[in-house]
Amino acid sequence: MSEMNVGGAERWASAIGGAALTVYGLKRLKDERSVPGAMLTAAGSALIVRSARRFRPAYAGAGITTVRDRSNTRERLGGSRGVRVDTAVTINRRAIELYEFWRRLDQLPRFMDHLVSVTCIGPRVSHWVAKAPAGRTVEWNAEIINDLRGELIAWRTLENSAVVSAGSVSFKSAPGGRGTEVRVHLQYDPPAGKAGATVAWLLGYDPSQTIREDLRRLKQLMEAGELPTTLGQPRGES
Amino acid sequence: MKAVVWHGTNDVRVERVPDPKILNPRDAIIRVTTTAICGSDLHLLNGFIPTMQAGDILGHEFMGEVVEVGKGNTKLKVGDRVVVPFTIACGGCFFCERQLWSLCDNTNPNAWMAEKLYGYTTSGLFGYSHMTGGYAGGQAQYVRVPCADIGPIKVPSALPDEQVLFLSDILPTGYMAAENCEIQPGDVVAVWGCGPVGQMTIRSAFLLGAARVFAIDDVPERLRMALGAGAETINFEETDVFEHLKVETGGRGPDACIDAVGLEAHGATLDAYVDKVKAAAFLATDRPNALRQAIHACRKGGVVSVPGVYGGLLDKVPLGAAFQKGLRFRMGQTHVIKYLKPLLDRIERGEIDPSFVITHRLPIDAAPAAYKAFRDKQDGCIKVVLKPQATVH
Repeated sequence: MSEMNVGGAERWASAIGGAALTVYGLKRLKDERSVPGAMLTAAGSALIVRSARRFRPAYAGAGITTVRDRSNTRERLGGSRGVRVDTAVTINRRAIELYEFWRRLDQLPRFMDHLVSVTCIGPRVSHWVAKAPAGRTVEWNAEIINDLRGELIAWRTLENSAVVSAGSVSFKSAPGGRGTEVRVHLQYDPPAGKAGATVAWLLGYDPSQTIREDLRRLKQLMEAGELPTTLGQPRGES
Repeated sequence: MKAVVWHGTNDVRVERVPDPKILNPRDAIIRVTTTAICGSDLHLLNGFIPTMQAGDILGHEFMGEVVEVGKGNTKLKVGDRVVVPFTIACGGCFFCERQLWSLCDNTNPNAWMAEKLYGYTTSGLFGYSHMTGGYAGGQAQYVRVPCADIGPIKVPSALPDEQVLFLSDILPTGYMAAENCEIQPGDVVAVWGCGPVGQMTIRSAFLLGAARVFAIDDVPERLRMALGAGAETINFEETDVFEHLKVETGGRGPDACIDAVGLEAHGATLDAYVDKVKAAAFLATDRPNALRQAIHACRKGGVVSVPGVYGGLLDKVPLGAAFQKGLRFRMGQTHVIKYLKPLLDRIERGEIDPSFVITHRLPIDAAPAAYKAFRDKQDGCIKVVLKPQATVH
């Protein structure tokens, strides 16, 4: 009964036996989440970098990536190259509402934690600023390459960007009045060399989790009108 | 303000902490006039629930007066007297729209944690670990209530705190457990566990038309309280529960069996001791002794309803018996908001007065001792209410 002096979490974790759920794992995940999460897309310098280590074998070391033309998204991300993320959330709103919210790109930082700002500098071209370690920022330009009202937005980074990525978000009515399925596909090329080294602290992060959290925040904003939080609530001595 | 703070297994303290503030537009701050210790708080005291952190403020059964509302909250006003459901619900998601309030998609800031354990997150809860949001609880002088335009119900001033407080959890929980049995005329219902939820379940089963209710426990004062509601009692220390139920139901078995015990069951049978050893050795997390008996005793085609809390993995649950007998299972955290108005109406009409369950009324400073008395069932302790605003010398 209550005589056990091992914390409940540890006991659970032991019992569940080495699954992803260890106390350490939970705690560590939490700590990592408190690191500003990356942003979606085109964007994601940090996110992109975070995965660099995991995918380095695919590139046989940083050297290879530096010899290619980093700005060519087709070459860099074509076929099975790069890091791929595919995730989805169902939101209890109409597709057109969600599309219009997303299409106003300057709103993206409201739910993409790692973005500082997105500014439209042309009908299809936008300028992105994202948080980077040590209070710095990373900037790049992206263009919309496909835009179907109420259905789909696709983008890629422009040439000479520090970041090479392409992605899309689609909005599809869920069956039976269940709202809209918002699905994000994202591909990016892990940066290498100096850029990679300066943000080494982010390596190893799970990019699909980051994007899931971004989509979750979008859902919370659209359905509840606010993001749930406990930051700033009282607690006892610890 | 003063608050009841969790510091670890068997370590609950009353401390001075900062007052809560509005953090989101739909929030409200409540000055807590009455709060209670729930049986499920004992799982926290006993260290059975993971993702608790030292410093967490406990408590999910509370009521009081609104002292501040957020800018986005048009439903509550300063001065309103409200009871607050223990489940926090956004009101806008698929689940809220279908009255499945405890499954709300949007109120758990740590949703990813719950997803690791359960695949999907459920709603945020007050004072019940970080996996369900890490929200500061209501065993305190003040509490912040998120999405306060959805959950809290205003209560008439004619009804004293003690008659309406339990709308926050145990009354709807017992009621939903009985409602889940889809009781038909002539039905016999057996309830394992005669703690506060079990007591509410027994009375709800009668309200919903049960012909007979069997109440199973080993604590004399709990059995007496059940007897007072009209139940037939079984002390599992003295009686073979299965044989007794079988004979008393003419060999059919109860039409519905309710496990109002949950993950820390104890019992007088061999499997109960095996569970205890296994949980201690980390080979299982929960001890489903009551659940096993409920499945075994239930008549063919009957319902097993589970208001008792489970959190992890269960060992040797007789799923074969459940399958072969075609049992139906109903369970889950209570969709409290669905039941607030109908149950408040029943209280106003005098059909039920849940204050019968209270055995101890104490100032908040007595919380640490009260937790232990409740856990150890000392001093006839069945239900403790705390008065956070009472002054103590």
